[in-house]
Amino acid sequence: MIYDITLRLSYHYDSPAMGGRHLVCIRPMDDGSDQRVIASLLEVEPRPDEELNWKDFFQNNMMEFNLHAPHEAVSVLLRARVERFPAAALPADGLLIGDLPAVLQRSRDIGPNAPLHFLSASFRVPQDAAMAQFAQALITADMSVQAAVLAVGSALYRHMRFDPKATTVDTPAGEAFRKRHGVCQDFSHIMIGCLRGVGIPAAYVSGFLRTEPPPGAARLEGADAMHAWVRAWCGPDLGWIEFDPTNDVLAGEDHVVVARGRDYSDVAPIKGMMRSSGRQKSRQAVDMIPVLD
Amino acid sequence: MTEPLSAPHQASRLTAGYRPLPGVPDEMMDTSGALRPGWAPLVDHLSARGPEALAEDFGRGTQHLADAGVFFRNHGDASLAARDWPFSPVPVVLPEAEWQGLCEGLIQRADLLEAVVADLYGENRLIAEGHLPAALIAQNPEWLRPMVGVRPKSGNYLHFLAFEVGRGPDGRWWVMSDRTEGPSGAGFALENRVAATRVFPELFRNMPIRRLAGFFQGYRDALYGLRSDPNSRVGIFTPGPLTDTYFEQAYIARYLGLMLLEGEDLIVDQGQLKMRTIRGLEPVDVLWRRLDGLWADPLELREDSQLGTPGLMTMVRQGKVTMANALGVGVLETQALMAFLPKISRLLMGGPLKLPNVATWWCGQAAERAHVAAHSHKMMIGPALATRMPYETGAVHAIGGKMKGEAKGSLQDWLSANAAGLMGKELVTLSTTPAYSNGTLVPRPMTIRLFLARTPTGWLVMPGGFARIGASADASAIAMRKGGMVADVWVVGKEPDTGLSLLHRAQGPETRPPPEPLPARAADNLYWLGRYVERSEGLMRMVRAYQARLESSGSVPLLAVMQARLEAYGISVEEPLPKGLLATLASAVYCANQIRDRFSVDGYAALKDLEKSMQRISRTAQPGNDSALVMGVLLRKIAGFSGLVHENMYRAAGWQFLTIGRALERAAMTLECLIAMADPEAPEGSLEAAIEIGDSAMIHRRRHALLSTRETVIDLLALDEGNPRAVQFQLDLIQRRVAALTEMRVPGQMTEVGREALGLQTNLRLQTPASLDRAALEDLRRQVFSFADALNRTFIP
Repeated sequence: MIYDITLRLSYHYDSPAMGGRHLVCIRPMDDGSDQRVIASLLEVEPRPDEELNWKDFFQNNMMEFNLHAPHEAVSVLLRARVERFPAAALPADGLLIGDLPAVLQRSRDIGPNAPLHFLSASFRVPQDAAMAQFAQALITADMSVQAAVLAVGSALYRHMRFDPKATTVDTPAGEAFRKRHGVCQDFSHIMIGCLRGVGIPAAYVSGFLRTEPPPGAARLEGADAMHAWVRAWCGPDLGWIEFDPTNDVLAGEDHVVVARGRDYSDVAPIKGMMRSSGRQKSRQAVDMIPVLD
Repeated sequence: MTEPLSAPHQASRLTAGYRPLPGVPDEMMDTSGALRPGWAPLVDHLSARGPEALAEDFGRGTQHLADAGVFFRNHGDASLAARDWPFSPVPVVLPEAEWQGLCEGLIQRADLLEAVVADLYGENRLIAEGHLPAALIAQNPEWLRPMVGVRPKSGNYLHFLAFEVGRGPDGRWWVMSDRTEGPSGAGFALENRVAATRVFPELFRNMPIRRLAGFFQGYRDALYGLRSDPNSRVGIFTPGPLTDTYFEQAYIARYLGLMLLEGEDLIVDQGQLKMRTIRGLEPVDVLWRRLDGLWADPLELREDSQLGTPGLMTMVRQGKVTMANALGVGVLETQALMAFLPKISRLLMGGPLKLPNVATWWCGQAAERAHVAAHSHKMMIGPALATRMPYETGAVHAIGGKMKGEAKGSLQDWLSANAAGLMGKELVTLSTTPAYSNGTLVPRPMTIRLFLARTPTGWLVMPGGFARIGASADASAIAMRKGGMVADVWVVGKEPDTGLSLLHRAQGPETRPPPEPLPARAADNLYWLGRYVERSEGLMRMVRAYQARLESSGSVPLLAVMQARLEAYGISVEEPLPKGLLATLASAVYCANQIRDRFSVDGYAALKDLEKSMQRISRTAQPGNDSALVMGVLLRKIAGFSGLVHENMYRAAGWQFLTIGRALERAAMTLECLIAMADPEAPEGSLEAAIEIGDSAMIHRRRHALLSTRETVIDLLALDEGNPRAVQFQLDLIQRRVAALTEMRVPGQMTEVGREALGLQTNLRLQTPASLDRAALEDLRRQVFSFADALNRTFIP
């Protein structure tokens, strides 16, 4: 499926903000397997004094820009055309969860896709005994890793309430888990915490969801802003699979990947020091429309 | 058996009862009771002096350290309280030959660490070939992913290192820890040395003790040599005054003439790293880094860091700045890494470690875990990825088979449940060295921290070090965690050291270097320091005038006016030594703390002394005359500070800001005083009180006998350019200082702030005692603050 994607991030300040540096991570990744980026364009308004593009350690597309002059608003506009390939069906069998530690210990890989990066606590997903217990209770030794991933993800979907008002971008994952509510970011961080708690490497994926569902299908939660889901490593043969715990589905043709990291902190859409004395308002508008032949 | 050529050294009074502990080597004495090489002159000297003279000698050392303001904070001590420096005056003596052996081993180790870290961020052969477990790196918080594939601009990751070494029972030296991430201690070693020279001036004249200055000079030159722009600066990148070794950083910055820069002082601009100064942005391209790498850039490293500089990582990636040491080298401090270094040394250095490190096992491997489990009684077991000893991390750990911290279950269960996250380290015992206690010498365990600096001609090893001396005779290394003393380390050669001292460098005719740029943050702090000190002084005068009138039946309406004035500054008249006054002075001390590197040691000590006196007195002062007397005492102390600043501070930009701050505060306070107390409606006695607060009673009496009118008071306290208490005097001062500052900025061109200062000065000049009525005074006061805003806008962006 080919999509046209538009994302606009905009910030308005009550009083003019002094110059500042910002790091933007919204340009979809071309990973050569799940999707292909046909074209993408990133524009900042007002026009930055400096602009730099590079790929980070995980091969995500990063853009850094600098604004010198005081300004009352900043907006970042992404337009992209991406072809998303359907995900392959999961095999019934695979590496048993009990065999995973030994496999990981033998690993000599610390490249961008190496599972070992995603096994221990990260900035936004500290170790959490409650999450580990939750996951442990769902898992038996004879399960394949992918079955365990699906069991944990689906259980979270059933136990957690989707509530855009309950949490903010800075709510700790542990708190959202105790209250069993949140948005895609919370669902994803919690699932990552659960999986790492039982020794399964788990990564955070930021991306887009198709805005209007195909005819006859239900509209997915999270389509009106940037979305997030989880990537889990299921052994050397199967490799990584992606699961969307907010919607209880494997990420597939409706999901376009922007970036992958250990948690939100690695792939936040925009980071920067806003030097402004007043308050600021931010808005995010997303459209992901299939290109019809 | 042949006769020794000379008789064994006579057991002196001090060493007669000194005996090495059984099975523990001693630095001073061998098992036969003979002194080891290099110690005799020191022991002779100590014995010859006698207890009273020694007490005096040692007192000079402690006094120096107290005067210099050396302090430290205990590791993990949550309170911010600084402690006195626990200086043990008896140094550790290292014969030069012994020290040479250490140098060889440590230089090899420095090269090994450089090769390891270059591999971890580059080729990655160690992991790919299985010499190092991938988990130790991929899960290591100190392995900074943005550095992967980035070659340091200088070509090297490591420029300055510290190693903690100790001597084992067999007499061999062991490396106990590697310090790569902004190692501390070199400045403390230097301070200990200065203290030691005060204690033993004769020995430093007569004994061939190697000097430290050449080491620092060599490293300073090396840092300057790393610049690519000859106009750019070299800075020490500091986490700021809240860090436990800030004192040391400020001390080294002062000693070597380097800028002390916080993240906020730096900015990435037009593709360059620059510092914010009062002259605008100036390039910086070498940073001696004391800030932990994780905090260096909130955009690409820890997002919650307020200590770093946004975009700094980009500067590193683009090769625009040399970090000494490079970001990411903290991974070399990983506790478990020592388990693999002996083998990696053979691989990368082509030979074994010349200096062994403490035997270490990573429990992520089955055989190693079994070994640790079987020998746990002889080990310290703790987090594999920590960069500190297990007992310093706060995490669960085990020492000698006993669990420490919030542990549940047995050691063996804990070990198998967390194996990959744990490492075991052999518990070692140390050698002892003499410490002076109750008039005699006693053996105490010790470790030494040694320092290496990279120069264009290779590694330079500091010929000395920072020794820690255990608090008890327990020679197990682990006992050192309970604190103890610190001591100087003397490398004693055969020939006198002809090396340079930093103070005497002959290099052709001396040319005065151009003034260094003043960071805007430092300017801001100096300006506020001036304001708070002056405000403290002004408040003391007001409190004194108020309290003195309490008992001598001062008129009630006058007391009410004065009370209102004091309350406007948050001062309660109920308190004989008001908390608001303490808080104002605390603000001054806070500002001084932020700029320890550019502030005289004596000036700082005077300010701290004043603060201590106030805190002490605040417990006993009584309202009325007692309080007034106390204010008099405090005023004399604050005058001591002002005198030190006035007499000793170099007239650079920093002094200008301090002076402007003081003058501005004095002008504003005097104007406010006149507005309230020289008003025609003001109660009886107000004019006299104003003269007293303005400290101008004597001159007023001489001119006008006892007759004070509104005009005489306005003339003396506002218009008289010869009275240092008058507003005009302050505005003249401000105008001259601002002119000097703006000349530095744009020669020959008037700036906004320059115009404001001149306008302010001239406006008052045009007044007469009659025309300077309440409205005119209020207008002037507004102008003073409008000038303050302009000053801020111009110099402190």
